[in-house]
Amino acid sequence: MLYAIFCYDSEAAVGAWSKEKDDQVMAQLGEVTGKLAAQKRLGPTARLMPTTAATTIRKGKQPLVLDGPFAETKEQLLGFYIVDCESLEQAIETAQELARASASAGAFEIRPLKFFNPGSGVS
Amino acid sequence: MTDLAWIEAALIAARPQALGALVRYFRDVDLAEEAFQDASLRALKAWPENGPPRNPAAWLILVGRNIAIDVARRQRKQTTLDDEVPIDDSDTLAERLDDAQYRDDVLRLLFICCHPDLSPSQQIAIALRIVSGLSVKQISRAFLVTEAAMEQRITRAKRAIGEAAVPFEAPDADERAHRLEAVAAMVYLIFNEGYSAAREDADRAQLCDEAIRLARLLVRLFPGEPEIMGLTALLLLQHARLPARFDAEGNVVLLEAQDRRRWNPEMIAEGLAMLDKAMRHRRPGPYQIQAAIAALHARAARAQDTDWGEIDLLYATLERLQPSPVITLNRAVAVAKTRGPAAALAMIEPLADKLDGYFHFFGVKGALLEQLGRAAEAKKAFTQAIALANTAAEAAHIRMHLDELQKKS
Repeated sequence: MLYAIFCYDSEAAVGAWSKEKDDQVMAQLGEVTGKLAAQKRLGPTARLMPTTAATTIRKGKQPLVLDGPFAETKEQLLGFYIVDCESLEQAIETAQELARASASAGAFEIRPLKFFNPGSGVS
Repeated sequence: MTDLAWIEAALIAARPQALGALVRYFRDVDLAEEAFQDASLRALKAWPENGPPRNPAAWLILVGRNIAIDVARRQRKQTTLDDEVPIDDSDTLAERLDDAQYRDDVLRLLFICCHPDLSPSQQIAIALRIVSGLSVKQISRAFLVTEAAMEQRITRAKRAIGEAAVPFEAPDADERAHRLEAVAAMVYLIFNEGYSAAREDADRAQLCDEAIRLARLLVRLFPGEPEIMGLTALLLLQHARLPARFDAEGNVVLLEAQDRRRWNPEMIAEGLAMLDKAMRHRRPGPYQIQAAIAALHARAARAQDTDWGEIDLLYATLERLQPSPVITLNRAVAVAKTRGPAAALAMIEPLADKLDGYFHFFGVKGALLEQLGRAAEAKKAFTQAIALANTAAEAAHIRMHLDELQKKS
C-alpha cells in the first residue's frame, strides 16, 4: 500500500539552522530516500517553501484568498514523501528512519493513500 | 542532529517571542534579557532529559518570568527582611501567550531597536544583539571593529533605549503601521550592512541571512502586508546573487559581468513567489518596486536579455513615490541602455549639485561620457570618482576604465 509521510516541524527553528546543518540533514535524508528508491518503494517527494510563501483559498460562495498558511500552528507542514510499504509496521519503520536522519523536535504523520495519481511528468 | 544543535535552533527561533513577552512583563530590556538567558540555560539541562516542550517560547517565558520573580523576592528579603510582600503572578497563562499580543510583543521589541536617537549603525548593532541574539564578538566581526568598541556601542545604545519612554500598551492600527514601517526600514539597514561588504566575508553575509530571517518573521506576524512581502522578496532576490558577486581574488563583480548560473535558484524562486503574492494586493510601494526590478534581473538568463525598458518604468514609478537623486541616477543607467548615453547624461547632469560627493555619480557620468567619445571629460569624471571611492575595489574598478581610455588615446 502507498503511504504519505508528512513532515512537520517549527519552520522558525528549521530556518535557524546554518547552511551546513541544513545540508547535513538533507544529505542524511537523501541516504534514506536513496535506499527506498533502490528498493523501488519511493514515489514523489517534496520540500515546501516556508509558509510565508503560502496563500490560502477559503472555499465558499465567494472564495476568499488569504495570505499565509491554512492554519496557524506551532509546527508547520514542511514537506512529504510518498512511499510504498507492505504494512503500517513498515511505514512506521520508514518514518522512524527518516526521523533519525533529521532528528529534531518535529513530527512525521503517516497517512495511507486512498487514491494516487503519479501525474504527467512535471519536473 | 545532536540534542544541543536542535535546542540551539529552537532557542534562536523562540527568542523574539519569548524576549518580547518578557520585556512587556518586566518593562526593562536588561532584566528581560537576563531572564531569557537564565531560562535558556535551564532549557539546555531540562530539554534533553524531558524532551522538547510543545511550545518552546511559552516554556521560556514562564521559566524566565519565575526565575526573575525569585530573584526579586530574594533581593527584597535582603533589603527589607520582609518576605511576605506578595508579587502578583496571578495573571493567566492564556493572557501571556495570546497570539495577537505575541505579535505586538515582537514588533515592540524590534521597534525599541529603531529608536530615532540611535544612529543607523547603533540600531543595527542593538537589533542583532537583542532580537537575533548574536554575540558581541560576532557583531564586532561583522562591523570590523574590536569587541570592546562594539561592547561600548551596544552599552550606549541600551542606555538611550532605557531612557526612552517606550509605550507598552497595545498599539492602535496607526501606531502599529508606523512601527512596522520603521522596523522594515531597520531590517533593510541590517541587510545592506551585510550586502555592502567590499569582498567575500562570511561574517557580513550572516547579516544578510539574519535580515531575511527577520523579514520572514514579519511576514508571519503580518501576513497581509504587501510591502513586507516586497521587502522579503527584495532581500531574497539580492542575496541570491551572493555566490557570483566576488571573483576568485575576492573582488566585486558587477551585476552585468556576473556568472548567472551561480545565482541561488532556491532563493530566486522564493523571492519571485513572495513578489507574486505582494503584487496581487495592487498596493505598490518602494520595496515591491525594488523587488520587481531585482526580479527582472533574476529572470534574465544573460545580461543582454535584461528588460531595461521595464526597469526604466519601474525606476520612474519609484522616483514618483520616493524622489531621490540616487534613484534618478539608477534610472539613468537603464535609460542609457534603452535611449542611449546622451539621454542618460542629460538626465543626470542636473543632479551634479546634490551628488557632488557621491562616488557612483562620477562613475556613471564617466562611463556615459566615455560611450559618447568625450574622453577628456570622461577622464575628469573618473578621476573625481577615484577620489570619492569608498573601497579599494571601487577605486580599482574605475582605474580599469581610465586605463581603457589611455589605450584608446
